[in-house]
Amino acid sequence: MEFFKIRKDIPFMKHALVFNVISLITFLLAVFFLATKGLHFSVEFTGGTLMEVSYAEPPALEKLRDALGKEGYQDAQVQNFGSSRDVLIRLPNRSGDETAKVSEKVMASLAAIDGPKAELRRVEFVGPQVGKELASDGAMALLLVIGGIVLYLAMRFEWRFAVSAIIANLHDVIIILGFFALFQWEFSLPVLAATLAVLGYSVNESVVVFDRVRETFKKKRGLTTPQVLDHAITSTISRTIITHGSTQMMVLSMLLFGGETLYYFSLALTIGICFGIYSSVLVASPLVMWLGVSREQFMQVKKEKQEAVV
Amino acid sequence: MNRYPLWKNLLIGIVLLWGLIYTLPNFYGEVPAVQVSSGKATLKLDATATMARVEESLKAAGIAHDGLFADLTSVRARFRDTDTQLKAKDAIEKTFNPDAADPSYVVALNLLSASPQWLTSIHALPMYLGLDLRGGVHFLLQVDMKGAVTKRLDATAGDLRTLLRDKNVRHAGIGREGAAVVIKFRDTETQARARSVISAANNDLQLVEGQDGADYKLTASLTPLAQKTIQEFAIRQNISTLHNRINELGVAEPVIQQQGLDRIVVQLPGVQDVAKAKDILGRTATLEIRLVDDTPGGLEAALQGNVPPGTELYTERGGNPLLVKKQVVLTGERLTDAQPGFDGQTHEAAVHLTLDSAGARIFKDITRENINKRMAILLIEKGKGEVVTAPVIRAEIGGGRVQISGRMTSEEATDTALLLRAGSLAAPMEIIEERTIGPSLGAENISKGFHSTLWGFVAIAIFMCAYYMLFGLVSVLALASNLLLLVALLSLLQATLTLPGIAAIALTLGMAIDANVLINERIREELRNGSTPQAAIHAGYDRAFDTILDSNVTTLIAGIALLVFGSGPVRGFAVVHCLGILTSMFSAILVSRGLVNMIYGKKRKLEKLAIGQVWKPGI
Repeated sequence: MEFFKIRKDIPFMKHALVFNVISLITFLLAVFFLATKGLHFSVEFTGGTLMEVSYAEPPALEKLRDALGKEGYQDAQVQNFGSSRDVLIRLPNRSGDETAKVSEKVMASLAAIDGPKAELRRVEFVGPQVGKELASDGAMALLLVIGGIVLYLAMRFEWRFAVSAIIANLHDVIIILGFFALFQWEFSLPVLAATLAVLGYSVNESVVVFDRVRETFKKKRGLTTPQVLDHAITSTISRTIITHGSTQMMVLSMLLFGGETLYYFSLALTIGICFGIYSSVLVASPLVMWLGVSREQFMQVKKEKQEAVV
Repeated sequence: MNRYPLWKNLLIGIVLLWGLIYTLPNFYGEVPAVQVSSGKATLKLDATATMARVEESLKAAGIAHDGLFADLTSVRARFRDTDTQLKAKDAIEKTFNPDAADPSYVVALNLLSASPQWLTSIHALPMYLGLDLRGGVHFLLQVDMKGAVTKRLDATAGDLRTLLRDKNVRHAGIGREGAAVVIKFRDTETQARARSVISAANNDLQLVEGQDGADYKLTASLTPLAQKTIQEFAIRQNISTLHNRINELGVAEPVIQQQGLDRIVVQLPGVQDVAKAKDILGRTATLEIRLVDDTPGGLEAALQGNVPPGTELYTERGGNPLLVKKQVVLTGERLTDAQPGFDGQTHEAAVHLTLDSAGARIFKDITRENINKRMAILLIEKGKGEVVTAPVIRAEIGGGRVQISGRMTSEEATDTALLLRAGSLAAPMEIIEERTIGPSLGAENISKGFHSTLWGFVAIAIFMCAYYMLFGLVSVLALASNLLLLVALLSLLQATLTLPGIAAIALTLGMAIDANVLINERIREELRNGSTPQAAIHAGYDRAFDTILDSNVTTLIAGIALLVFGSGPVRGFAVVHCLGILTSMFSAILVSRGLVNMIYGKKRKLEKLAIGQVWKPGI
């Protein structure tokens, strides 16, 4: 089998401006949604109590809300989760409340309702101080990733590659976050992990293309920079699609079989993989071109030697 | 040219064999077991004697076991099914803890790996499952370090009072003000003398002189070093206290660990009674013994809102108000043991306390000086104190053995003793994070994680074989060996496997195939450019190596960042992710090359490679 029967290099760089405008628009949209709607942070970040209870028969949610309201939890969110028999209850942290006891009080008031009995499946309680730390740790992790990758790429390639790779892939991260803001999907710790993993993964994508760019510059003389980029992208495109397709198969499997916990995790990965292909091929490469990459940058070592002789 | 030297083939073989051995225990599953371990800090478990006792008690009850095992801290017995396990637990419990109110041993239900003995003896154990996979409770506790320091200062104020009295230095009042102890004097001479006396006796204090109206004062605060020591001590003491308290719960493998400077993680696998667990953990009580102020008129004045200086108003458990001196005679740190029991003469329920030598000395002095006065034992819970009991001191009590009796039911005595025995906490704690996972959810999570990985793998395998033919098969075998090595590594390191961890396994596999795709595409490209098959293989692997290295390093950077800054689920993900990247480098490059070499390496005249269709433009 061979899916990619490409005779000539595809002139990607001709349309570089179009691609960059498209990604600028998606990027701005993502920023817009992030700014206006904000992320729907999970309990881990906001602090509060999250409870998952399951019933033998579907319970009437109104009844549960009433019972919790009587206990003083008017601000409780009660909703179905997965199936009509599973119920998710969210309670915000309140100052002065003995937070650690909340889940017990809730279970007691649920038990007081007649009808099917509730079985406690999962409780997650996070105090207010933990959430803040998580947010700052997440930001630190992001900074470390960015710093580390820029440094490594600058060392292995050239600063222009490092900068454009990181810009292209941060744009992926923002777009993932934009999706989560737009649809108000829950942003939890695993999603954060997925987002950062995507960052590493799509940089990896840019690296493959850049590697080819470097090789082409060294091997083939007489090609203009856009031609070199076109050649590099064209000759790696089959690998790009197949690799991403394979990874996506795995992620799809998680999306289908992984259940609620892995759902948003794999969703973030799916968005990341789709935009990862786009950005590393069609955003990072034009950026490298705008930044003025040229053959000479890879021949520098020789040049310096010559100068030394003169 | 496509042949590996013997040592390289051997290396690959050995690594894979190692992976297989360490992965094996995961396939055997688990069998029900009963675990006996020491329930008291003072009791050391003697493995051989305990094993003999377990054997005996099982024989007496007519229960057959499937093997006894001992390690440093526990003895475990395996059983055929859960019914036998429950019966055995009752039998063993009866033998080891004849007095149910005062268990000396923890007899807990557990699951043991069913893998054969020889695997266990080379430390090939199944992966350690996290709470989200096996069910249980996770708590994160915050230790109130300010509380620990304040408490120390209160005790220091008392010590200084005694010191100055012993040395005949007259002061005009000692008290704690914020984070320092302030001592007042009438003249500078005494102030200077006190300074030298204090600095000679106590080098944990920083002394600053000052003046307050007509009084001269000395402000004593703790040195940074002393504060650090107190904080370290506080967290250690709290951890050991938690150990004792959790032993009462009978959990087979509790995890109690320090996290950061002032936090403690408690994980109780398999515990379903969260309320009880929290109740026992959440008793953030500290214990203090103080004297009752029985000065006539004092209590009346206090009840009218005019509390005499140096005292505090508390309510006794019965509801009677009680005026208690602020000075702390003893704290829970001095208490080594507490047992419920009965008074030898009156047969009333009683609590027997044992104090350490310093505590015993202080107690002797105090009781001698205060015969027929009352002493209050206070339980300070979240800043609120309650007088547990306020017995009258009948006689001087030496030797550190104290009995509290009167107005107590035996249940109350057991409760009080439990609180006292568990050791009081050096500093109050608060639960700041809780996660409870029911057992059914845990099992579901395992199957979900397993199925995600399985079907994802199958899909990739089918595609790879269809697209790259024999080279696809080689890639799939390399991917399988990656999975094998990853699981072996996780089993060996006993890293906690969580659901995000399983997700990381799946994702790592999905990403690891990249290396093989790179290689295969390169080989096809070389063939397209007219290379001979052997040269194409060689060049394909060679050229792809740089790219694979670069892309894996960048992915690894992201993984390490997650590992450093992640906590909880993110950490579980990051550990597996990072390990997976390392194993994938090995398997994608060495294992797949080794296989290809074995298949094609010896063929001199190779016409064609089974790598699927190599399409050439223009044909």
